[in-house]
Amino acid sequence: MAEIIRTENLQYAYPADEGAEPVLALEGVDLTIERGSFVVVLGHNGSGKSTLAKTLNGVLLPCGGHVYVEGMDTLDEHLLLAIRRTVGMVFQNPDNQIVANVVEEDVAFAPENLGVSSREIRQRVDDALAAVGMGEFARHAPHLLSGGQKQRIAIAGVLAMEPECIVLDEATAMLDPVGRREVLSAVHKLNREKGITVVLITHHMNEAEDADRVVVMDDGKVVMDGAPRQVFTQVERLRSMGLTVPDTVDLLDRLRKDGLDVPLTALTVEECADAILAAVSK
Amino acid sequence: MLKDITLGQFFPGDTVAHRLDPRTKILLVVFYIVALFCAKSLLAYGILAAVLAVCVRISRVGIKSLVRGLKPVVFIIVFTGILNLFFTPGEHILAELGFLRISAEGLQNAVFMVLRIMLLIMGTFLMTYTTSPISLTDGLERLLGGLKKIHVPVHELAMIMSIALRFIPTLIEETDKIMSAQKARGADFESGNIIQKAKALIPILVPLFISAFRRADELAVAMECRCYHGGEGRTKLHVLQYEGRDYLALVLGLAVTAGIIALRQWNIG
Repeated sequence: MAEIIRTENLQYAYPADEGAEPVLALEGVDLTIERGSFVVVLGHNGSGKSTLAKTLNGVLLPCGGHVYVEGMDTLDEHLLLAIRRTVGMVFQNPDNQIVANVVEEDVAFAPENLGVSSREIRQRVDDALAAVGMGEFARHAPHLLSGGQKQRIAIAGVLAMEPECIVLDEATAMLDPVGRREVLSAVHKLNREKGITVVLITHHMNEAEDADRVVVMDDGKVVMDGAPRQVFTQVERLRSMGLTVPDTVDLLDRLRKDGLDVPLTALTVEECADAILAAVSK
Repeated sequence: MLKDITLGQFFPGDTVAHRLDPRTKILLVVFYIVALFCAKSLLAYGILAAVLAVCVRISRVGIKSLVRGLKPVVFIIVFTGILNLFFTPGEHILAELGFLRISAEGLQNAVFMVLRIMLLIMGTFLMTYTTSPISLTDGLERLLGGLKKIHVPVHELAMIMSIALRFIPTLIEETDKIMSAQKARGADFESGNIIQKAKALIPILVPLFISAFRRADELAVAMECRCYHGGEGRTKLHVLQYEGRDYLALVLGLAVTAGIIALRQWNIG
């Protein structure tokens, strides 16, 4: 698979108070995101995961190193627009990223900015709303929708740019479990059916279960990187970084400590149940 | 409780008055105002009142809600009326009360002035009642588009207005939440005199402002992420388009205004 985003020794420091030593939020991150993949970035608060997300489309510019989006350097100001339409970004608070007071007008915002013709905007808006399952709400007022619905509108708004990649910066953090499921299934569908690369930033372990790849961040560095099964089996290491493991892995881990011979790689509830059954009936 | 407030009073509907292009409606209101200020006979005011009545009828906006719109300005209307009534110098004195004199000219002036203000307000309200704030903003942006040439930031102003409208419900909701939070900690918003009540609002306004600034910050980033780079080269999902009814309405509006000016010119009525 070809790469879509590559970071090279990426460093970022937030502006510090005068006299204070700036602290690096990112301390040299080397990461390559493959086209069409579904990558989950995990980390506790202050691990730098959100900072990393914001550097991926040039909201934050690296203090050291580079970020390349389809070969375009985010430090090059002339490329910023092209980079942003390639990598769309969905933020945490749905209320603060909806611009218009009619759903379809909001989804139309990005293509309007890109100077797309009215007819094509109509097409893109309808397609984007259908893709997130919000077609019937086109004429609604966004502030009357639920959190999950609002966040799906925000995704549709990004989708209308026809991006190659969508970065969700803790987009599920403010949602209830139902809303979180709505958003996740919408994003998975986009990844599967439209081949859109997804970078999901979160601190909910369970959201990483279906990912192609899990990247764990701690103290501004990538500390683990691999398939969900590889990452989650390292229970002790995850715990030492203040991260909880998925419930299934937690259960299997405790059973193992009690002497039951079960593998740690069973992530979904069904796999977990099968693994326990197999171990018990042995 | 704050949710009941309706700002940008708009009564959705599907009448001709609702479907007219917002630009047409703005222009019609401008014509109407010009006509009102040119009118100086009872006949002219009669015609303008009749025109408004017809428009109200077409728009199916209840006359009651229009009259309700006059409530906040009753004081100004009465004040203007009284001033004109007593302090217009004239020859035909109708009544005298100490130093107060009512002249025939004064009476006429007072009646006209009151009529003028009332018709003006009702006419403008009829426009806002039948036009959603968003399309009103859109219409203004397009109408004033020519001013861009002399560096008036028309697009920016329109964007500011539409974002403000978008965030009104969000901020009202937030105010509600903050009030509940402060009440839960024993804040008292109901008792005391006006100054104490105003002071009690400070613990609501401070967090509200801080949060509004945070929202503004996040919204700006989100807009940039969606490739917002000002009004240049921007297209629209809904393009405003004049249709037959718009031309007809504009011609009628122009005809009425021309008629009123003609009445003034030849002193008819």
